Amino acid sequence: MGSLVLNKFILILVTVLLSFSAGAFISDTYTFKDEVTEKRYKSLVKDLRCPKCQNQNLADSNSAIATDLRREVYELLVQGKADVEIVDFMVKRYGEFVLYRPKVSSTTYVLWFGPAFLLLIGAIAVIVIVRRKPIKKAQTGLTAEQKQQLDHLLKDK
Amino acid sequence: MAKLIRFIPLILFIALGTVLYRGLFLNPQALPSALIDQKMPRFNLTQLGNEKVNLSEKDLKGQVILLNVWGTWCVYCKYEHPYLVDIANSGRVALYGLNYKDDRQDAQQWLIDYEDPYQFSIFDPLGKLGIELGVTAAPETFVIDSKGIIRMKHVGPIDGDVWQAKFLPIIELIEKENGIARVK
Amino acid sequence: MIPELGHFALIVAFAFAICLSIVPLIGVLTNHQKLTTYAKPLTFGMFSFTAISLIILGYCFVTDDFSVKYIAGHSNSHLPYYFKISAVWGGHEGSLLLWVFSLTAWTVAVAKFSKGIDEAFIARVLVILGMIAVGFMAFTLLTSNPFERLWPMVPSEGRDLNPLLQDIGLIIHPPMLYLGYVGFAVAFAFAIAALMCGKLDAAWARWARPWVIAAWICLTIGIALGSWWAYYELGWGGWWFWDPVENASFMPWLIGTALLHSLSVTEKRGMFRNWTVLLAIFAFSLSLLGTFLVRSGVITSVHSFAADPSRGIFILYLLAIAVGGSLTLYAFRASNVSSFSRFALFSRETALLVANIILVIAAVTVLLGTIYPLILDAAGLGKISVGAPYFNAVFIPIMSLLFLVMGIGPLIRWKKAKKGELRKQLTKPSVLSLILGITFPLLYGGEINLTATFGMTLAFWVSLVVLKEMLNQVKAKDGSFSFARLSLSQWGMTVAHLGIAVTITGITLVSTYEKEMSVKMVENGSVHVAGYDITFKGIKNVQGENYSAQQGQIEVHKQGEFISLLKPERRTYMVQTMGMTEAGIDAGFFRDVYVALGDPLPKGAWAVRVHYKPFIRWIWLGAIFMALGGVLAMLDKRYRAKKTAKNKKLKQDEVLQPENSVNEVLGSQS
Repeated sequence: MGSLVLNKFILILVTVLLSFSAGAFISDTYTFKDEVTEKRYKSLVKDLRCPKCQNQNLADSNSAIATDLRREVYELLVQGKADVEIVDFMVKRYGEFVLYRPKVSSTTYVLWFGPAFLLLIGAIAVIVIVRRKPIKKAQTGLTAEQKQQLDHLLKDK
Repeated sequence: MAKLIRFIPLILFIALGTVLYRGLFLNPQALPSALIDQKMPRFNLTQLGNEKVNLSEKDLKGQVILLNVWGTWCVYCKYEHPYLVDIANSGRVALYGLNYKDDRQDAQQWLIDYEDPYQFSIFDPLGKLGIELGVTAAPETFVIDSKGIIRMKHVGPIDGDVWQAKFLPIIELIEKENGIARVK
Repeated sequence: MIPELGHFALIVAFAFAICLSIVPLIGVLTNHQKLTTYAKPLTFGMFSFTAISLIILGYCFVTDDFSVKYIAGHSNSHLPYYFKISAVWGGHEGSLLLWVFSLTAWTVAVAKFSKGIDEAFIARVLVILGMIAVGFMAFTLLTSNPFERLWPMVPSEGRDLNPLLQDIGLIIHPPMLYLGYVGFAVAFAFAIAALMCGKLDAAWARWARPWVIAAWICLTIGIALGSWWAYYELGWGGWWFWDPVENASFMPWLIGTALLHSLSVTEKRGMFRNWTVLLAIFAFSLSLLGTFLVRSGVITSVHSFAADPSRGIFILYLLAIAVGGSLTLYAFRASNVSSFSRFALFSRETALLVANIILVIAAVTVLLGTIYPLILDAAGLGKISVGAPYFNAVFIPIMSLLFLVMGIGPLIRWKKAKKGELRKQLTKPSVLSLILGITFPLLYGGEINLTATFGMTLAFWVSLVVLKEMLNQVKAKDGSFSFARLSLSQWGMTVAHLGIAVTITGITLVSTYEKEMSVKMVENGSVHVAGYDITFKGIKNVQGENYSAQQGQIEVHKQGEFISLLKPERRTYMVQTMGMTEAGIDAGFFRDVYVALGDPLPKGAWAVRVHYKPFIRWIWLGAIFMALGGVLAMLDKRYRAKKTAKNKKLKQDEVLQPENSVNEVLGSQS
């Protein structure tokens, strides 16, 4: 029971402390052999999540673990690893949690294909609504007298 | 038919509400280890106490192994330290330390000041082994079996309750697998 | 003593809210005219006492009353006075009081500005708003009391406001945002009132629409302010992160946009009534869902308040009652009367229907992405993250479809487009926008760029169509021009749609042409970014009211000419000693040059991050246009109470109103 309270306390403390890592300092100054590699680095650190922060990617966080992981990404790039390999490296150690672009798997079919599916349903809905059979026309024709009354009412604003 | 369609939003909302209710009892920050049932990663680092001694994963020996990630900068490591001493003294598990992103001198001094419960500590100043293990902070503790497979990871300090609730069950399971009967 | 007065005022307001929920309702249900008339006075009472409570909290902040737990946690005697005032909403309890205050403010506005509307109906609306107030005041009083005291250990100093919040952004963003969120409660109340008395018609739509537009304006500005604040405050030049809390504000905005377009169809053609009511319920439900997500700890976000699951349960109950109750009411009371109108496949109704559906799908997509990790976790299927890459991948195509439709809607006729007319109207804008879209990147960037072309073509498409329609309206049959022929409503649509085009332009160009570099700079060293020379001229130590900082002196030159001296800072606040950066920005209409200081490196060098952000201000400028368009639409004369209507009895009003709608359909296009 005591540890539950403690855990909650830790959680809040860590939450509070980590909340300050936003807007903190940037200190890596990596140099790249060409622009393509630099683009790959920037893209990778944007798509990878910091495993310990309050919803930040590796690029924006200045926590220790994010700095270390950015270094790892850089070193792997310098070693000539492909993007896929670098992503797998991270997933193997930290789980799919660190992917901001979720993998397409049986658990994420709804996520990835849901919107397209909804658009399809939407299109069908539009067609159905537009093509609905018109209901019987209401009784038409007003008698002359009723027309006069109507005119009278309309004029009387 | 048309009438039933009107209930769809309500039904969807009830489904959403159930998910949200469940969510209140989950911890979005808790990250389970990706290394459960994987082999302990290979490494080649020096021992904290003696920089001339090289250590590798083969040096982690025992029926049940506990690898504790710690650092002098880590506040909660001080809190769990007495429990670690007890755990080491009980002799039931082999306790090793992973000194994570620390200064060698400071760490050695810390162990002198507070008592060293570990068989030895691995010195990992850059956190390389930490990354291999999916470590994000300290204290964290891994339970590894005699075949070198990681069976559990606990994030946060160990105390009596945590030991009873989380560690004992897995330790007993490993011992059973190893064919050791415990009397007590 | 004074904090207790504040607490007491809130309790009194709560009592007023309870009376407001019950008394007029009894009046309406039992046809007791007198009881119904209590609605407005009760509303004023509820508002006054909530205002008193909020003012007292502000007063306690300004006078450094650290015996109040909330103030001790979020303020400090060295905090500048304007931040002390805005610290009122810097944490959960105070921001909740602000939320409640916004609600009572909107309620009092409805009570005051509803002269053209049936008394009994307005009474119902006020009752519903009162019920919502009861729920949230109960939540505040029972779980999140900002006036709670720290007896007997009163600290002599407070913990200070989070340095990131010590900024003008905190002064304006939350109030505006809450006004938007809470504003949709009015639409919600109108919808429930309509369902309650079965009055789901064009008149109802005309009553409700100005309120929806007003809430929408506030939310638009609130979101834009948040984006702008994040941009200059956080230090890495980003302006939208698809963070759950940001998404929580964006979803009601998307549905609100759908709602205000759907209302226009209901108002003019008497159609889509059930759909409109459902959207009104949906919009506020998303506001409530946002409140839940941000304060319950269910999701992780840099923006969320310190979470407490017990608060989460309370909000979930509120959600269950409000949303569950309204959706049940909807299921049973939605109109069974089919609208008599029909419309062709090629008509403005179809265009608006398609736009509506796309907007709703967009909102559902954002919702799905935001809570998907929660769904999987709750189902025991592991922990994943859904972030910007996902949202950008699915959201951009959906919105592109919307922008395409935006190029058709303004030009197409109601009920049935004339044969060949649509093609005639659209040929010039479509060809022109394609040409402009392709040549723009050539002229601006010197080479072909498909992303830029895609975005710019859509932006031109949206703007050219809406301008063409304006031209069509302005031209009389004899060829003469007269801007007086345009209704404010038409102006509103034109300006708002242009706003969208401006925002699309900003987003497209900044995403395609932005440049960023992280470099090590030595004294008098220079880097070159996008034609600008950035020179590091050393560091100065400066002192602020409650912080000390190392201020970089960074000169910006272009082709030898001095542009500006930027002063990015690394601040250390006195109380919360965590550090913080302030970026140095040279803001411009067509580009920002943005510099942030990193860590000091050996030998007097510094890590510096330089950004070049072309057209980034257009993103927020577009939002300003949208808001302006909303204001114009809201001021359209059909929403202002006609003096004659005031004197006529109820029955005659109801006879007159549908007629006005018919006239408008026949008389104009818009």
